[in-house]
Amino acid sequence: MMRLWLIVAGMVVVTYGVRLSVIALLRGGMLPTGFMRALRYVPPAALSAIVLPALVAPDGTLDLSAGNLRLLAGIVAALVAWATRRTLLPIAVGMAALWLLQWLA
Amino acid sequence: MLISPRAEFWSGVRTQLPILLGVSPFGMIYGIVAHEAGLPMSVALAMSMLVFAGSAQFIAAQLFATGAGGPVIVLTTFVVNLRHLLYSASVAPYVRHLSPAWKWLLAFLLVDETYAVTITHYRPHRPEDAPGTALHWFYLGAGLTLWVAWQLSSAAGYLLGAQIPSGWSLDFALPLTFIALLAPALRDRPAVAACAAAGVVAVVARGLPYNLGLSAGVLAGIGAGLAAERLRGMRLMARSPNPEREP
Repeated sequence: MMRLWLIVAGMVVVTYGVRLSVIALLRGGMLPTGFMRALRYVPPAALSAIVLPALVAPDGTLDLSAGNLRLLAGIVAALVAWATRRTLLPIAVGMAALWLLQWLA
Repeated sequence: MLISPRAEFWSGVRTQLPILLGVSPFGMIYGIVAHEAGLPMSVALAMSMLVFAGSAQFIAAQLFATGAGGPVIVLTTFVVNLRHLLYSASVAPYVRHLSPAWKWLLAFLLVDETYAVTITHYRPHRPEDAPGTALHWFYLGAGLTLWVAWQLSSAAGYLLGAQIPSGWSLDFALPLTFIALLAPALRDRPAVAACAAAGVVAVVARGLPYNLGLSAGVLAGIGAGLAAERLRGMRLMARSPNPEREP
């Protein structure tokens, strides 16, 4: 049992340490300009790196066929997001699209 | 323009709500996996409360079940959560004016979903303008909402061991939310390049262990964004009558 708590403590230290690192270190000046420019691309890159594998390989294997309902529903949601720039609407439409496709399939 | 702390806080809570649809089944599955791995309830829930890192907790529970040693589990957690370094750097300029207590609290809440909604909320503002605003209350509202939902869902999973109604595909709400957040992030061509490169690399590298494909994708995206920015700069210079002016 003691060993388990030590493992949890270790996990807390490494996880929190990484999250706190730059936030705690940045006090006085700003980060270097080149670094700041690079950071501008973290949001689009991170979102895309999470989304795309979930759409084109929902079960781990690449599936670009029309039988991949999550890919189809995801494309519908992306079009709605692109056209309306709203947050809730694409989620609702994408969810509805997946249910409809699953019902049809 | 100035929005009150209370309004920012509740706005953060509301923005996080649809994401909970996707996170809660995930938390329940963690509870079930932890139970099945033989972790005592106190340890399983303490992990949710204090480590508060979805994929790392899953992997830790699985490693524990296979009898892996403590150092391996801790090291794996570190590697899986390294991507949070980029989030920490990305958010840091916006919170640098806050007190240490605020920074420690907000850093603790910095997970994928909270980072995504918070940075989307921050980005219309310049980091230099953050001190006059209550934007950090949005971050707190979004972060606390996710933390509470993660505790409730992992406890429910551990206690009930219930079947997740998988036919509802509620986990799909998670990628859908990120799609909705992606659209406003694609402000210019370099951002689109970053998005495309990150997505392709993440798909190609999805088989890598420890969630490394995600980090590889993000790094590739940063590289592509910077390269596209340079390319655009060179084109502007070539067109400009005054080549000494920086674009």
